[in-house]
Amino acid sequence: MFVLVVGGGKVGYYLAKELIDAGHEVALMEKDPTRARQIADEIGSIVIPHDGCEGKYLGEAGCNRADVVAAVTGDDEDNLVICQMAKHHFDVPRTIARVNNPKNEVLFRHLGVDEQVSPTRMILASVEQDIPVHELLHLAALGEGELEIIEAHLQAGSPAIGRAPRDLDMPEGCSLFAVIRDGVATPLRPDSILHEGDKVIAIGKQECEDLLHGQLIGDPEAAVPG
Amino acid sequence: MKIVIVGCGRVGASAAEVWDRAGHEVVILDIVTRAFERLPSTFRGSAIRGDGTDEDVLRRAGVEGADVFLALTEGDNRNIMAAQVAAEALGIGNVIAKINDPLRATAYAEIGITTVCRTGLMLDAVSAQIGLPPSGLPSLLASTGHHHPGGDHDLPDGEPTIPTTGSETRPNSDVAAPGAAVEA
Repeated sequence: MFVLVVGGGKVGYYLAKELIDAGHEVALMEKDPTRARQIADEIGSIVIPHDGCEGKYLGEAGCNRADVVAAVTGDDEDNLVICQMAKHHFDVPRTIARVNNPKNEVLFRHLGVDEQVSPTRMILASVEQDIPVHELLHLAALGEGELEIIEAHLQAGSPAIGRAPRDLDMPEGCSLFAVIRDGVATPLRPDSILHEGDKVIAIGKQECEDLLHGQLIGDPEAAVPG
Repeated sequence: MKIVIVGCGRVGASAAEVWDRAGHEVVILDIVTRAFERLPSTFRGSAIRGDGTDEDVLRRAGVEGADVFLALTEGDNRNIMAAQVAAEALGIGNVIAKINDPLRATAYAEIGITTVCRTGLMLDAVSAQIGLPPSGLPSLLASTGHHHPGGDHDLPDGEPTIPTTGSETRPNSDVAAPGAAVEA
């Protein structure tokens, strides 16, 4: 595969290196000439010392025959434009953008970028999994990211405790499908009574999150005495 | 008209001043407060410090319902992104981005954003002055397609689209290039 990597920061550098080791053909674009020379000294003459946002240089880098373009600069707007130019001007089949502001993931998807990778979102997910907070945990995104698997830890104050799924007012497009109690996962039936300490696994659209939060977590303030 | 301008440089500030004086509702954004020093003390519109590519910032600035959105910062890509946020997320119909790279200007006009390219504008103005033919580079390109770049993706209902303002690229000679549009 021919992969065009744009952005020679840490991400671009290691990405190019790994791809070469895996036997792929790689070209790396880096606009800072000093940095470009430094990378070329280390991994060979695959570096194009030009701005990958400029259509002219994308063309010179062989963008029109690239199988994948990975835009991994530190600026979201640059990554967006690189992917859109690759897609619409050079007909690249697969474009991947690094997204620094997690809010831009949805926008980039709408704007035709094939894949969005948000390090911020990934680290956030790891942090959330370690801290017991009165929040919903995002376990995974499904499909193109519209659906999420979410875990809710039922703690004191949750309106769901002592009730069954059929008694809860579930948002449309969202369902509870399993409960983890004492480390054992069991399917959740409409009449299963939920207990304090249960971890409820739900699947639903991102938009359902607020309603789901209200039903399973409740008002976090209410759990704090006083 | 309600007009939103992102980027309070010479062009942005001049546009804000002229259109405010003409009685339009003007909202201008810049990431640097000092940029607003270019505005006259008589300016009655809103000047808001914030990143014009950030949807939340734009909403807080009250740009929804604007008739026209102009992205005029010094960064082509920032303008492209701001314009697409305005069209896609905020549903503003008439969106114009300054794009100085002729190739990018042409490419984005094709996917639905009206673009204005200073490179072409200046070159043609200068060429006309010295009696040479127009460059052929883009200067002002009306969007030639609906803004629907993610063609094969499912978009939510009510997804805003930009009405095309013209189905063909205007020849350079047709552009009424006012002096004010050319930054010295």
